Amino acid sequence: MTTTATTAERVPNVSVQHWAEPGHEDDRSFWRKYVFSTDHKVIGSQFLFLSLFFLFVGGALAMMMRWQLGFPGEPMPGGGVFGQAKAVQGILLPEFYNSLVTMHGTFMIFFAIMPLLVGVFGNWLIPLHVGAADMAFPRLNMASFWTAVPAGVLMLASFWVTGGAAGAGWTAYPPLSAVPEFSGVSMGQKLWCVSIAVLGFSSLMGAVNYITTIVNMRAPGLGWMRLSLPVWALFITAILILLAIPVLTGAAILLLFDQTIGTAFFLPEAGGQPLLWQHLFWYFGHPEVYILILPAMGIASEVIANGSRKPIFGYRFMVAAIVTIAFLGWIVWGHHMFQSGMNPLLGTSFMFSTMVIAVPSAIKTFNWLGTMWRGDLHFHVPMLNAVAFVAMFIIGGLSGIFMASTPIDIYIHDTYFIVAHLHYVLFGGSLFAIFAGIYFWFPKFFGKMLNPTLGKIHFWTSFVFFNLVFFPMHNIGLKGHMRRIYDPTQYEWLAEIQPMNTFMSVSAFLLGTAQLLFLANIVWSLWKGEDAPPNPWKANTLEWSIPSPAPHGNFEEMPTVYRGPYEYSAPEREEDHWPMGEPGPGEERPPPEEQRRKEAAG
Amino acid sequence: MDWSWFLPDPVSTFGGEIDTLYYWILGITGFIFVVTEAVLVWFVFRYRHKEGRRAHYSHGNKRLEIVWTVIPFLIVVGISWASTEVWMEVKAADRVPAVEADLPLRVAAKQFEWNVTYPGPDGEFDTGDEFVKRNQLHIPVGRTVRIDLTSEDVIHSFFLPDFRVKQDAVPGMVIPVWFQATETGEYPLACAELCGLGHYRMRAQVTVHEVEEFERWLATETGAAGVEPGTAPAPADTARIETGQGDGDGEAASAPAGDEDSGKGGDRA
Repeated sequence: MTTTATTAERVPNVSVQHWAEPGHEDDRSFWRKYVFSTDHKVIGSQFLFLSLFFLFVGGALAMMMRWQLGFPGEPMPGGGVFGQAKAVQGILLPEFYNSLVTMHGTFMIFFAIMPLLVGVFGNWLIPLHVGAADMAFPRLNMASFWTAVPAGVLMLASFWVTGGAAGAGWTAYPPLSAVPEFSGVSMGQKLWCVSIAVLGFSSLMGAVNYITTIVNMRAPGLGWMRLSLPVWALFITAILILLAIPVLTGAAILLLFDQTIGTAFFLPEAGGQPLLWQHLFWYFGHPEVYILILPAMGIASEVIANGSRKPIFGYRFMVAAIVTIAFLGWIVWGHHMFQSGMNPLLGTSFMFSTMVIAVPSAIKTFNWLGTMWRGDLHFHVPMLNAVAFVAMFIIGGLSGIFMASTPIDIYIHDTYFIVAHLHYVLFGGSLFAIFAGIYFWFPKFFGKMLNPTLGKIHFWTSFVFFNLVFFPMHNIGLKGHMRRIYDPTQYEWLAEIQPMNTFMSVSAFLLGTAQLLFLANIVWSLWKGEDAPPNPWKANTLEWSIPSPAPHGNFEEMPTVYRGPYEYSAPEREEDHWPMGEPGPGEERPPPEEQRRKEAAG
Repeated sequence: MDWSWFLPDPVSTFGGEIDTLYYWILGITGFIFVVTEAVLVWFVFRYRHKEGRRAHYSHGNKRLEIVWTVIPFLIVVGISWASTEVWMEVKAADRVPAVEADLPLRVAAKQFEWNVTYPGPDGEFDTGDEFVKRNQLHIPVGRTVRIDLTSEDVIHSFFLPDFRVKQDAVPGMVIPVWFQATETGEYPLACAELCGLGHYRMRAQVTVHEVEEFERWLATETGAAGVEPGTAPAPADTARIETGQGDGDGEAASAPAGDEDSGKGGDRA
């Protein structure tokens, strides 16, 4: 990155943007302001509350699973409320357990982690980081949120229909998911398909918006190599969403046809193919894995550079790694199917592509370490979570090598080793980065700091209990402990390691309890928190140059960008940060926007 | 509490090879894990903020980037290359000992049981002396067992942890599986793919006999099943019922395992 002065590289399509007049009164009604708002910041916050709600629902389901696994056959405290169809005298039934497994995965992936990363940070950050007044299509953006809501309601409602919620796993493999006689679930399984299809439209509307905004609405001076890494990651993620989600939507509709109107796309009796579903599902599903980690990587990069007071190490390699991961992400889906009956030769080629994806992941990890090297590390709460992200991502990344090796996958496929791996990536990785991002940007959108003491307690308890829950899953997986098993004590060799399960369950309850601190922190800080200054973290990106909370319309006039986002501790400057929009010595602020617009028009 | 990273003892011929590969990867990833996490923790303490500290202004180092791109690449390609041979030995259909198999078996999974069809003392199917045992897999030690695996309803997964064998059983497909036991004893067979409300108890017992003992067992069971060794071939329909094939699966079931078709790999998609 160069720090020398450059004038505006180009003037984007300024005419489409509405810039608030100075002293502009926000006279929108309550409904327009907070409910059916087209403001990207409000939509981001709406996604925050929606996905945090589902994060806690998904977490509660996990607690119930852990109860059954830790204390099989014992009545769950409060289990009586579920009724006889789900729990007899508080003892969970196996069919209800299968619903818990399915819905935990579904809620966490589709309604918590994905909207947290894409819906929240995509909306919060993209217009502010590119210096725009709002998204390219604000009404489409509002529609995206209000399409996600009914999808979530449908999914949640399926717990109360006859037969209960879907029970064929979040992967919904047919024939189990297609034929009610096999799973015992009819309506729930159909609602699953409908909800996923509806949610797909929400994701597509978001993706189109993000891509357009980033391509067309960057402020003058904001070249591609000056974009913040979260925006790079969200840009590539939006492309993945645009290409992957329609495949899932299509597959879900075909499955719905099999369930309702007697087709047999996935049923062998009439010539269908169960494996077809797996190919379609994972063709979506593996890019989805990167949809769930790339924005987290971007957030971690932003926070680590800020907390280290250093430019990001190897910015161009970081960008290249994001693009490479996204590209390779399209040709690795078969590694979910090594034991499926797919041609083993195909397994070999998928193994190679899967292994190679470890390389860009390693580049990113080393660059985070490089960023911290000789830094001036400030361990504010976002930084703690971002460093934990790196530490946990290393574990999740390395354990992936085991499954990628086809012969070892024979043994550990569908065991708890996989459960450990995916939680190290999605919880240890994505969720810790999400925590980092929320602690970091909350002040900009709500005008209040989150309480740092509560934040530190939340971080340390989460970090410790997370590892106590999920690290032993590697060990029991290596013993051959199958996943999605209602009662492991049915097997002699698993009954022997039952104390491990009990230990993980108790740790899980503590981990779950610790998350209430996070919730309490949000509620308390909104109510009584310290007022946020405009730039509490001394960060460089454009949003920190405007007041907290960021006003409607964002910037008073179109900002000009003079340098990249990671100019920390530059030697020619006394302060250890250098905002992107602040002219350096010899750099003059370009003429006011009005004048430029006239020049561009004339 | 068992925090071990060792695998249980393998009892199949290729089990040891898989485990060796596992320990290599454990060594390599374990080393990388310890080094990177140690560096991280060291940085956290070494470079934490103190009064007057200022970060070193640097945008990276191209040579270093190339080094840590090339080295991981070589490592993962090496691991893949080492994995290929073992994988193909275990899974590739053209290497499944079709003719040389000492004991051909048919296993049909269904909610929530494993039905094993034995060929009878003559070691051949469709000769009228085959019989079915539910949730019992009896095999001789030191002999190659070849299983034609299918499912009657949903996808199950045939998992023999001690033998390092796992293969999904898919309705509409017949997938070859082979292994050779190296020790006698009793071992679990479990379902590893979520298959419905009884998934957690879809288990069977594998009994590995001495060869003579196995032959005695086979003769006893054949007698008990009321079929005479070497009687006329049963009509195709009967065979289908005995192997538990549904109507729609007729084609898959009647295709002799190991023929040209399945020799090209299990994926008929």
